[in-house]
Amino acid sequence: MPTEPLTSADAGPSAGEAPSADAAPGDRPRPGALLRLRALLHLDQQYLPVVGSVVVLVLMLVVGGTRYDNFLSPLVLSNLLIDNSYMVVLAVGMTFVILTGGIDLSVGAVVALSGVLGARMFESGYPAAVCLPVMVLVGALLGVLAGVMVLVVEVEPFIATLAVMFLARGLCYVIAPESVPIRADAITTLGTSRFGAGEWVITPSGIIALVILGSAFFLLHYTRFGRTVYAIGEDEGSARLMGLPVTVTKLGVYVLSGTCAGVAGLLFAISTRAGYSRNGIGMETTAIAAVVIGGTILTGGSGYVLGSLLGVLALGLIQTMITFEGTLSSWWTSIFIGTLLFLFVVLQRVIVLRRT
Amino acid sequence: MNAVSALLRQRLFWPFAALVALLVADVRRTPTFLTIRVQDGHLFGGPVDILRNGAPLLLVALGMTLVIATRGIDLSVGAVLAISGAIACTVISTSAHPGQPGTLLLAVALACGASVVLGLVNGFLVAVAGIQPIIATLILMTAGRGVAMLITEGQITTITSPAYRTIGAGFWLGVPAAVIIAGLILAAVAVGTRRTALGMLVESVGVNPEASRLAGVRSVSILLAVYAASGLFAGIAGLMVSSNVMAADANNAGLFIELDAILAVVLGGTLLTGGRFSLRGTLLGVLVIQTLSISVTIQGISGAVTPLFKAIVVIAVFLLQSPAARERLRVRRRPAGGSASGGSASGGDTSDGGSAPAVPLNAKVAN
Repeated sequence: MPTEPLTSADAGPSAGEAPSADAAPGDRPRPGALLRLRALLHLDQQYLPVVGSVVVLVLMLVVGGTRYDNFLSPLVLSNLLIDNSYMVVLAVGMTFVILTGGIDLSVGAVVALSGVLGARMFESGYPAAVCLPVMVLVGALLGVLAGVMVLVVEVEPFIATLAVMFLARGLCYVIAPESVPIRADAITTLGTSRFGAGEWVITPSGIIALVILGSAFFLLHYTRFGRTVYAIGEDEGSARLMGLPVTVTKLGVYVLSGTCAGVAGLLFAISTRAGYSRNGIGMETTAIAAVVIGGTILTGGSGYVLGSLLGVLALGLIQTMITFEGTLSSWWTSIFIGTLLFLFVVLQRVIVLRRT
Repeated sequence: MNAVSALLRQRLFWPFAALVALLVADVRRTPTFLTIRVQDGHLFGGPVDILRNGAPLLLVALGMTLVIATRGIDLSVGAVLAISGAIACTVISTSAHPGQPGTLLLAVALACGASVVLGLVNGFLVAVAGIQPIIATLILMTAGRGVAMLITEGQITTITSPAYRTIGAGFWLGVPAAVIIAGLILAAVAVGTRRTALGMLVESVGVNPEASRLAGVRSVSILLAVYAASGLFAGIAGLMVSSNVMAADANNAGLFIELDAILAVVLGGTLLTGGRFSLRGTLLGVLVIQTLSISVTIQGISGAVTPLFKAIVVIAVFLLQSPAARERLRVRRRPAGGSASGGSASGGDTSDGGSAPAVPLNAKVAN
């Protein structure tokens, strides 16, 4: 590893802040790669999972770059963001829910519902100025429903969002069991526009995803709402005793996730130019996996939206690498995602054990 | 009045009411729905269909009940179901003598063995590695269908083996074999947990893992056993599903069955927070969900819309069951003055506790 000389020079300051037991005597033989990196960057332990995501992402890029021609070309990397823009949005919403210690299983179904509803409305001749907001609002509305079930009826988030998932899937089939193509100009324009400098390109979908990511980052780290989200995830009872608006914030988190799912439905419809009731099956699992790989801990209270972006990109890279490999069948994607998830869960576990 | 309110407060009253309502709706639509007739020595009729189609779900839900009782959850059952079916069908389709009893036994043994191993892997991650159950089983849920595709090489493996067909679609002594298998396993689980200390140990692990460990309960073995049982039951369900259609469909076999099973368990009154579990409740939950699916078809609605009705029933049952919501309705009925503040205060305070006694207390304080 190229970081070796730097690490030993930098080991001094780290020994002070880290538990000295594992830094001082163990630093020469094998102070794990991550630990050395942490010492190098003076990282707080809470960033460690995210550092893990960065390392994995870089490793994948290096492996891909050496194995395949053109893998590190701007076009491939641009497409990585563009093709996964809907997943970035989903993962951002999911991050908020998971940070409060909840979970949202409904997002895949909401993506399908948003797409089907939009497609039907375009088909009936509604203008884009009506359809696009409705596609997002339907997600927000279902988010309200999930939030109300969690907070008022006191159903566990798992079950409440499961019910919303069934509701959304059922509504999809009521609206249109078959795939409905979208031929509206607005969607076509959004789907075909490309902006870029040189070979780096970005689509409106990519821009929307980045804007949402940026807003989420601001919301989470620079507003009272964001602090409350972390506080609830750490300890809901304490947050309540401190007088934080727990109920409103939790409702807000589910509405946020629903809205993100609505936006993701819009982005997915833009990229497929159709609404189909069987879209988005398993998308919630992928979103949760991306959030976990991005370093958010499922019991809540610890994690970052930017980490979730890394998680989505890592999952996207798996897909890209399988495409580049050419001979691997599509089902290897899910096996690799499962393996990556496994590695990260073990990593997180080690970190939590170290902390206690 | 008291008797009625006592009845209404029974945990299983509302799921049971939903089941009766569904059956009544079906009988109104098809008056012969509840009649069971004998044809060629085999039983047929609406109730038989419900039981036979519900057998895989019941098996999966039984395993899920035990897992949930330990404060866990098993999201991987659908994937395990698909893997089990894929293994059995691949063994039979690649065998030189697909009709031989030996082949059938090998297929069943391999499929069940693999399911137990997968369950043990989940159990290991939860009990030994200490990973949250939802995440530990999410790994296999994500990778499992890929593994099943790997086994079937991406094809839908179809087979012809009359003996194998019996498991899912055949009859023993006139009764569907799937119902007998599921019934026997239900009985075994009931006896095993209620006639021995096992059930209590499972509950104690769910109530307080640390305390039960200190009390000498070998929680690691209990967790391993519970997840292995969940895997095995999902595997047997996989045999039923694949034998019913005589094919292994890695992508669609048992899709969403984990969610249906969790729903059945929760409808049956077992809390996701672990502890006390109710096998009777789970059976009732399975019957509600399965009757619902069949009812939708009987009412002449496309089967694809089933999730919508599932959502409506679930939301309705939880709304009626929820102590918080009922209390809230009672608060609303009081004079308008304190109702707004009373509503928000009790909602705010109860959502972390969720226990019934806390609610009236808060409501009183608020008023």
